[in-house]
Amino acid sequence: MSEPRLTESLIQSLGEQLTPVRRLPSPWLRTVGWLLAVAAIAAWLLAHYGITHMLQRWSGQPDIALAGIGAVVTAVCAAWAAFSLGVPGRPARWAWLPLPGLLLWIGASGVGCLRVWVAPATHIASLHEANDCLIFIISFSIPLSALLIWLLRRACPLRPVLTAVMIGLASAAASASLLEICHAFDAAATDLMMHALAVAVVVAVNAAMGGRLLQPALK
Amino acid sequence: MSLCLTATGTLGLDSVLPAWARIDPAVSDATPTTSESPERQRAAWMAAAQDGNKNAYERVLASSVPLIRAAARRQGVGVDQLDDVVQETLLTVHRVRQTYDPSRSYDAWLSAIASRRAVDALRSHGRRGRRELHDERALDLHPDVDDATAAAEREQEARRLRAAIATLPPGQREAIEQLGLKEHSLAEAAAHTGRQPGALKVNLHRALKALRTRFHGDP
Repeated sequence: MSEPRLTESLIQSLGEQLTPVRRLPSPWLRTVGWLLAVAAIAAWLLAHYGITHMLQRWSGQPDIALAGIGAVVTAVCAAWAAFSLGVPGRPARWAWLPLPGLLLWIGASGVGCLRVWVAPATHIASLHEANDCLIFIISFSIPLSALLIWLLRRACPLRPVLTAVMIGLASAAASASLLEICHAFDAAATDLMMHALAVAVVVAVNAAMGGRLLQPALK
Repeated sequence: MSLCLTATGTLGLDSVLPAWARIDPAVSDATPTTSESPERQRAAWMAAAQDGNKNAYERVLASSVPLIRAAARRQGVGVDQLDDVVQETLLTVHRVRQTYDPSRSYDAWLSAIASRRAVDALRSHGRRGRRELHDERALDLHPDVDDATAAAEREQEARRLRAAIATLPPGQREAIEQLGLKEHSLAEAAAHTGRQPGALKVNLHRALKALRTRFHGDP
């Protein structure tokens, strides 16, 4: 059978196999769905730890509040970018969207490194305490990444690794935001390094595994 | 050896396929019937196809072929590979048709998928080229004469082909055995297996793709 006839035959076969499909909801709708899950976890943490401690820290050190806002903005933008990259034809440059939030998050967190000189009396995280941050961010990132991958199951990410990086960034940033609710000490170099390490681990693992997990549509 | 087996395995299978039903001329005529632009018409057809309109689906797929070929050529795909890219893209479009948003450009959506498939084809071709030996002198020194060695090689190739068919999923194996090896007509194969003709044809296309992958050594 010649190739053009094979193509015609294929088109006819696909027509015979056609069934109605439910259209994929817009990236914004799916982002809101994922954020509702993050909000539910935040509500549970607030009910457990209360809001007073977090507000006191924020009023005492506004840079921590700014870092928290940066993490939230990063999570929202990265999640939207991941869903957007799952739709063929959407420009890949949307992957830059989380950058402003990420810069705010990193920049404001970096100010915490100076705290040890500016306010020596501040409680600085020990290595053991900073390890707790690492475990917290990674532990919360796993279900949040899994949820994002599940929400992308009907999508078609033509750049699976870039999409997976966005998933990792979104879940790590959301976990760092949730950590703000129950963070027992102020940011410092040790703590910041652990946060950065946790985010890097989450993003790298997603990039390594997610690239494969998000490929089925292209097989 | 690998090249010989590849050519024998795939071209041989393609050549024994019967020519079934042709696409209805009304369907293959991609000219829009309204005053809408061709792109808008394709978008409308795809939206109708998402709701299960078979006629619109066959029209949009048929009118997509030139766009897919153009996208593949832009990526640098050679003429000999264009039909492979067209067929792979059509299969992908079928799998991910739920990701098309009727409020956005159909052509951009299709071109993104076609470009990705073209890049996949180029990578696959590149890997194959690196593995296979193109040594003119070696070919001259070992002409493909009809001797005992050539006969043994052909027998080995046939065994490898039979083994590859045996590893296919049951539906694909059934399709290739009925339509490719036993040369049954589509109606005969459908009556024999109790499967829908459309399902048999799609399974055959998938089986051919799997066998090409197997003999070309692609992942």
